[in-house]
This record gives sequence, C-alpha cells and structure tokens, in this order.
Amino acid sequence: MVPSTRLYDYLLRLGDNALILGQRLGEWCGHGPVLEQDIALTNIALDLIGQARLWLEYAAQTAGKGQTEDDLAFLRDAGAFRNALLVEQPNGDFAHTIIRQFLFDAWNFALHEDLCNSGDLQIRAIAEKSLKEIAYHRKYSSEWTIRLGDGTEESRSRMQTALEDLWTYAGELWNPDDLDREMAEAGISPHLERLQPAVEKYIRDILTEATLEIPAGTWMQSGGKQGRHSEHLGYILAEMQFLQRAYPGLEW
Amino acid sequence: MSRERMEEYFQATIDADQKIEPKDWMPDAYRKTLIRQISQHAHSEIVGMLPEGNWITRAPNLRRKAALLAKVQDEAGHGLYLYSACETLGVEREELLDQLHSGQAKYSSIFNYPTLTWADIGAIGWLVDGAAIMNQVPLCRCSYGPYARAMVRICKEESFHQRQGYEIMLTLCRGSDEQKAMAQDALNRWWWPALMMFGPNDKESTHSEQSMKWRIKRISNDELRQRFVDMTVPQADFLGIQVPDPDMKWNESTGHYDFGPINWDEFWNVVKGNGPCNRERLKARVQAHEEGSWVREAAMAYAEKRKQRAEERARVA
Ligand SMILES: [Fe+2]
Ligand SMILES: [Fe+2]
Repeated sequence: MVPSTRLYDYLLRLGDNALILGQRLGEWCGHGPVLEQDIALTNIALDLIGQARLWLEYAAQTAGKGQTEDDLAFLRDAGAFRNALLVEQPNGDFAHTIIRQFLFDAWNFALHEDLCNSGDLQIRAIAEKSLKEIAYHRKYSSEWTIRLGDGTEESRSRMQTALEDLWTYAGELWNPDDLDREMAEAGISPHLERLQPAVEKYIRDILTEATLEIPAGTWMQSGGKQGRHSEHLGYILAEMQFLQRAYPGLEW
Repeated sequence: MSRERMEEYFQATIDADQKIEPKDWMPDAYRKTLIRQISQHAHSEIVGMLPEGNWITRAPNLRRKAALLAKVQDEAGHGLYLYSACETLGVEREELLDQLHSGQAKYSSIFNYPTLTWADIGAIGWLVDGAAIMNQVPLCRCSYGPYARAMVRICKEESFHQRQGYEIMLTLCRGSDEQKAMAQDALNRWWWPALMMFGPNDKESTHSEQSMKWRIKRISNDELRQRFVDMTVPQADFLGIQVPDPDMKWNESTGHYDFGPINWDEFWNVVKGNGPCNRERLKARVQAHEEGSWVREAAMAYAEKRKQRAEERARVA
C-alpha cells in the first residue's frame, strides 16, 4: 500500500496535465484556422476537461478532506499544481499547438494503455474510459504533424521551429522521479523507463514521415511534476480561477 | 418550358407545401434571397462563438466549463451545416467568408455586444438562443429543403442551449446578492438587443412580403417578437428579476404583454458598424482566417502530394 498522500500527488499529475492542456486548447475556441479544426480542438479540450474531472475527483476523495474537483482546480496556487511543463506552454501558432499535442499524446497514450492494468481499480477504470479518447487525440495530432510537416515550405519550417521550442519539455514526461518509481513499485503505474523506447520510436516514426528532425542533444527541462513551473502557469490560473477567487464559496 | 410556366410550376410547388431541392429550377431572386439569409445565419453562428468563447477560460467550475465548450462547439457545427446548405445553392464557403471579412455580408447584431460577466453567458443562452429558436422553428418548414433540414437539427440544439442558459440564470438568482445583481445587470443589457433580433417592425421590413410568398419566412417579425415577449416575461418573473421596460405590462384584453418602444436608432447604428464590439468581432474573425491560411495551404499541398504519390505507385505496379 502506498500512503494516500503519495497517491494523491500522483493523481494530481494525471488530473493537472489534462486540466491545463484542456484549458489551453479552450483558448482556441472560435479562433481556429478553419471551422473543422476549431471543432476538433474543442473536442479534445472537452475530453481533457472530462478526464481532469475524474482524476481530480478521485484525488479529492483520496485526500479525504471533503474537497471537490472544483476545490482542487480553482483553489490551489501554482506551486501545488503537478502538471508537466509541456502542457502549460502557450498555444503559439497552430504548429506549436499541434507539436505540443503530439508529444503529449504519444506519451499519454502509452501511459494510459498501461494504467489500464493498474493495481488501483479506480485508476484502471478512469484509464479505460480515457484511452479511446486519447487514441483519437494521438491519431489527430499525428496526422496533422505529418500533414503540416510534409505540406509546404512554410508549414514545414513552422513545425520544425515548434519542435525546437517544445522538444526540451518532452523529457519530463518519460523521465521518472521518486514518486513515479514509487507508484511503479506499488503496481499502480508503469515504469516510465519501460514506456520510453516505444514512445520515442512512435515519435521518431511520425516525425520522419513528417520530414521533421528531432533537435540534437537538447537539454531536457523538468520541474512541473514537482510543482516548479514556468512563468506561464500563474497567468493560466489567474484567468481560470478568477471567479472563484473574486467570489469565494458560491455555487455557480 | 417557358420561363413563365417554370415560375408557375415553382410557385405551385411552394403553395402545395412541397420542398424545393438544389437541382430544381428556381428564380434567381429566390436563390439570391436564400444565399443572403442562410449565409447571414451561418456568419451569425461563427461570430456568435466569440462573445461566449470569451468566458470559456474563466468559467466558474469544471462542469460549466465543459458545458460552455460544448455549446460554443455546437454553434461552430451550426455554422458548418449552414455553409453546406448555402453551397447547395452554388456558392463556396470561401467566397461567403470573404464577404463576411470584407464587411459586405452581415451577421446578427446581437453579437456586437460584449460579455462582461459570467451572468452574460446565462443571459445569452436564455435570451439570445431563446430568440433564435423563436425565429428558427418556423424555418424548419421553409420551402428550401436543405435549409429546412439544417434548421431541424439546429433547433434541437438551440433549445438545449436555452435551457442551459436559463439554468445558469436560476443558479445566480438563487445565489448571493452579488450573483443576483449580476443576473439583473445581464438582463438589463441583453433585453433590448434580444428584442431587436427579430428585425425591424413589419411596416419597415423590406424583404418580408416576398419571403412570405416563397415560404422562406412564415411569421412576421412583430408577431415573433410578441411571442418571445409573452414567453420570456413570466420566465423573468420566476427568476425574480425585472425586464428593463417600465411599459411592460400584461394586457388582459389582448392576452399579450404590452411593451415599450424599441430604440431603432440604436439598432441601425449597430447594423452600420457602430456597436460596442463590431470592429473587434470582425477583426478576430479576419485574424483567425489570415493566421490559418498557411494551415489550409499546407493541408491542400499535402493532399495533392498524396494523390500524386498514389498515382505514381499505381503506375509502377
Ligand atoms: Fe446556433
Ligand atoms: Fe445556440
């Protein structure tokens, strides 16, 4: 048995990744490059918000302090968020949004595939429910990575730039820390180093088809999973939490 | 068949309440009227995403955030069906968008007002989607088949939006004093623009008579407006907030609510482009379109490459 505070921290990682990426994608709504893609990005945002609610509700239950999903989403400060740095990066142009999504989906799919075998039954149930959605996200972001990478001169160069900007945040997803190891030892989550080869292979295959190149020898940033974030998260929360902060304790 | 005979046959089809379909002969003016109306309607759906989208990142809880995302996404879907309906009349979406972006085509003026508080999201669902339903339910029986069928799908979703908006208002009105004040303020600001959504008074309305004859329009602007008032005022009463109209009162003899004069100067001023948000709404649409051009070009270039590669493979095999 892992201590409930450790499980809580782990659940926050899952919930906060989905929440913050969903929040970012929600910024696109009404501003997409074409109506069909506006709808598609909103779809992914909706899936992610739905997943975030399940994870955060379970996290709140685990903490046993009578909190709700909304308390966790709207009343924690940045240092208490446990999402990876990648998902809080700005939308940028459509290329940045697609590369961010692609790197996240490639890893998130492999993770959830394994979480479907988690020793924790509730994690297993949430992962099973989410996996179909994430499979669709991965298909979407992979197809657009290929399409834009192998599209025009301009689109290829925008995608390569996005990859160079964002690749440095990919490593945090699959490099384990103590908490990841502890969860893996307890049979709750997979060993991240065992996921990594397949995830990297998937990424390389798609990027090759997209005629894009993985930046060589890049330093991998980390810290989000432990609560040390980029400057962006504070602004995301300032916006997201505004109503709950301005009018505390009300029903909406 | 002579032109006169064709026109007779066309009008007889309409009078028999049968549908005109894309391949049927139709007078140019009928086609033009439909293109104008359907494209305006499509533009309204996508410009309408902006004021509501404005609150997605600030929705007060996760349930509301998901519901609002889904709602705004529905509006995008409505835009898609309507652009498709318009394409059956021989105009491509790209051309219609150019007309929107150049300011040549109009969209519903209601979306030129700002969403200032969360209560505006409730008020829009309740009043704006409510008025849209009033306008659109008769269009489900419109003489042009593809438009009528699109409206059937759209109306189902609009009535869901309307209930959802009203439920937001209800939650606010049962909440704190601040929340109730927020709801009242939203009603104050959205009420009159919502009444204006039905268009000018019947005696000022330029397109109405011919549209009635073609059964594109079935009920007059003033009648629809009256129905909306009669439906909505009791709903405001139930919420415990007041419609901002000192002349509003129940008329026992007519069985309707009487209401005060509409400020048509404001209406025409906003139509002309002087509403609080006309410029920024249009700019946001133009910007999204322009910034998306490299994406659309790349998608076409890629599709073309794939086609060529498939042809090459077929040649080799
Ligand atoms: Fe709509
Ligand atoms: Fe709607």
